Amino acid sequence: MIHTKNLTKKYSRTTALQNINVAFERGESIALIGPNGSGKTTLIKSILGLVIPTEGNIFFNGKSILGEWKYRNEIGYMPQISRFPENMNVHQLLKLMRDVRKDEHHKLDEDLIHAFKIENILNKTMGSLSGGTRQKVSACIAFLFSPQVLILDEPTAGLDPLSNEKLKEKIDKEKQKGKLILITSHVLSDLDDVVSQVVYLQDGKLMFHKTVEELEDFTGEQKLNRIIASMMNTPELINEHL
Amino acid sequence: MSKIIKYIIIDLLRNKIVIGYTIFLLILSASIFNLGADSSKGILSLLNIVLIFVPLVSIIFSTIYLYNSSEFIELMLTQPLKRKTILLSEFAGVSSALLLGVFIGVGIPVIVFDGSNAGWWLIIAALFLTIIFVALAFWASVATRDKSKGIGISILLWFYFALIYDGLVLFILFSFSDYPLEKPMLAMCALNPIDLARIAILLKLDVSALMGYTGAVFQQFFGSSEGVLFVVCALIIWAVLPCWRAFTLFNKKDM
Amino acid sequence: MRTFFIILFLIFADISFASVIHVGKNEAYNSIHAALQKANTGDTIFINEGIYAEGEIKITKSVKLIGKNFPVIDGRNKSQVISVYVNHVLIEGFKIINGGYSSVYDWAGIKLVQCDSCIIRNNILINNNFGIYLQASANCIIANNKISSNNPDELLSGNAIHCWKSSYITIKNNDVSGHRDGIYFEFVINSLIQNNYSHNNVRYGLHFMFSHNNSFIKNIFQKNPSGIAVMYSHGVTMLYNRFEQNWGSAAYGILMKDISDSRVQKNIFRNNTVAIHMEGSARMLVENNEFISNGWALEVQASCNDNIFKHNNFESNSFDVGTNGTMQLNTFTENYWDKYEGYDLNRDGIGDVPYRPVSMYSMVIEQSPPAVMLFRSFLVGILDKTEKVLPAVIPEGLKDDKPLMKKIPL
Repeated sequence: MIHTKNLTKKYSRTTALQNINVAFERGESIALIGPNGSGKTTLIKSILGLVIPTEGNIFFNGKSILGEWKYRNEIGYMPQISRFPENMNVHQLLKLMRDVRKDEHHKLDEDLIHAFKIENILNKTMGSLSGGTRQKVSACIAFLFSPQVLILDEPTAGLDPLSNEKLKEKIDKEKQKGKLILITSHVLSDLDDVVSQVVYLQDGKLMFHKTVEELEDFTGEQKLNRIIASMMNTPELINEHL
Repeated sequence: MSKIIKYIIIDLLRNKIVIGYTIFLLILSASIFNLGADSSKGILSLLNIVLIFVPLVSIIFSTIYLYNSSEFIELMLTQPLKRKTILLSEFAGVSSALLLGVFIGVGIPVIVFDGSNAGWWLIIAALFLTIIFVALAFWASVATRDKSKGIGISILLWFYFALIYDGLVLFILFSFSDYPLEKPMLAMCALNPIDLARIAILLKLDVSALMGYTGAVFQQFFGSSEGVLFVVCALIIWAVLPCWRAFTLFNKKDM
Repeated sequence: MRTFFIILFLIFADISFASVIHVGKNEAYNSIHAALQKANTGDTIFINEGIYAEGEIKITKSVKLIGKNFPVIDGRNKSQVISVYVNHVLIEGFKIINGGYSSVYDWAGIKLVQCDSCIIRNNILINNNFGIYLQASANCIIANNKISSNNPDELLSGNAIHCWKSSYITIKNNDVSGHRDGIYFEFVINSLIQNNYSHNNVRYGLHFMFSHNNSFIKNIFQKNPSGIAVMYSHGVTMLYNRFEQNWGSAAYGILMKDISDSRVQKNIFRNNTVAIHMEGSARMLVENNEFISNGWALEVQASCNDNIFKHNNFESNSFDVGTNGTMQLNTFTENYWDKYEGYDLNRDGIGDVPYRPVSMYSMVIEQSPPAVMLFRSFLVGILDKTEKVLPAVIPEGLKDDKPLMKKIPL
């Protein structure tokens, strides 16, 4: 559904992504992991068109996304840090999003709005919300238009355990519907239940892209965070072995 | 696109700075016309406000506003929208809010109290300078990622057009005082929208003829319909050029 | 005694033998030429309504020519229309049109050559090369004439009222326009120019040189492309005149070159590029005038000395005083300057700090005229303010030590 070809992003001094070739398909739930500064967010932003690749290309359903915008109809995005216009209230924000993405094909998915009880804070301005609440609003928006692809950058950071659980349920539900889900997170245990594949980046390079089963076989560990931890020590070895 | 513009305009019309700017201009214009009996004197007093204050507020406010709406822009960029649409909406929103402020604050008092040819030119100049300096602000803030750097560039741009450029012109005039400089002067004033606006207004005021031979050259040129066309075209270019630059930079910008 | 009787006799003879001649379709004479041939000195010739195109009419007898209902005398662009070579001629009530143009002679609508005591009044002159031309004449009166032309060419056009080498002339209540110069004097002395309206001429509204002791009173000079130029004269009196809207690259309310011992009082200068430009002038008294909305109110070149500028009102002028040098030998005192920003602590109506009417920027323009492009710019405003605080460029001596706080009622 989404695949990158020789994707490279260079900033003036650093190389954020180097020759990345990955393919994500429908029904997959992928964890993007790697240490800080490994290029996870840059990869996501490239897919969203926020970052323009220096070299290479990204294809969405076989079509290049460079200079394109319509494909974002199929993407719901929840950023790492949710930043919204401060003096807009929740109601206005939701209305704005609906206006912007008005599309007859999509049914509005208000599950999370109900789950997070967003109805109660409709009149509060974005500036007055706590970081966690803002994340909730952000999640609601990402899921609102039932997109085919969900890109969630550190979705669980800042959420209380209860909300965390609700969000995970929702992700699982969407996965069942055959949607593509891309998640970055470093709180690994949170991802255990929902992740089917792991993409590991380091220093802008793709270290590996494997299914969870493959990794479990190799490491003998069951818990995802254990798997990752053991791989982080010897990522090169893993590539050799698999 | 119209939806986004609507949101931006509603946001800006509630903005305290825009409201304050409008009221300040209105009070200033009204009191200038009420104090002096001679309305052409009133136009002259307003001239400096239009030439200095309006560009300053336009460029600084737009720069800060654009940096402050980076969240909004980022949010919009993740939606199925063209980059061009987003920036164009911002531009249309900011410039129409400021244009409205200038029109209420300067335009209406001038129409009510003066209504002369020079008065209309003053309004046209104020509106053009607003758009031009909003465009410059967009260019500056798209080109720089850092907010304080962007604001710094904006202030410098304003300072350059309001003051430094004229200083350079004066320097050139004295350095080449042995040469006929009337024609180069025409070109030189086209290179600064503030100068262009000032001369267009002055020539509509009676003071124009004081200008001796050079003034006559100016009068002859700017007084003709070709001259008016030249001024308007130059001002349009001044608005379009930085805008176009901002758009090309924005299309390639990483968020 | 004998002389007295002779004079008495002559006077009586004049009265007793003077007869009246009528010219017109149904009259004894149908041409002016024929009537003039028959006329005797002192006769009055009445001319009926009609068009008379008889070539140049030369008057060589002292007669009175009076038109009824403005008979038209047409020069058909071929010749001078009327010329007078004797004294005591009256020409009144004619419409004199289409005087010819000659590159050799100054042809006029009415030309007086070496005449004394002639009166030209209530005529309408249209499209003549020169209008009324006085050559070496004296004691003549030119009154209530309306003289206009529409020749836009400065070289081909003549002056409306042209006086050369004349004296004791009175020019009153004329309306002159469209000629090269409205009123032109060369070597004219002791004359009075009053209540005339000189406007929209091709060059100057009033132009004189080498003409001393003349008085210009209550005239209006308007919209003349070059304004007014007066040169090389002394004893000029200018009172209650209005100099208005003389706009243009070389237009002056008055340009004074080498004028001395003269008075300019109670005049109004409004909307002129330069209200008064003075060079080489001395001992002038400029008093009680109003300078309103001019580009420059005064341009006093460094070649002027001992002039006094007193009790004038300066209002809404772009520049009050301009000059080209740092020497200053003139006196400015007790004027009202609307740009004065001083204070009056002792409340005597006189500002406590002197006013410097020369702005730095006017000095800059004087040196580099294209700098006018920066007029009213932010930069120039700052420069002027700085100069006011720390004078460096403007002439130290050019100041009004007693600037008035209030406008002088005039």
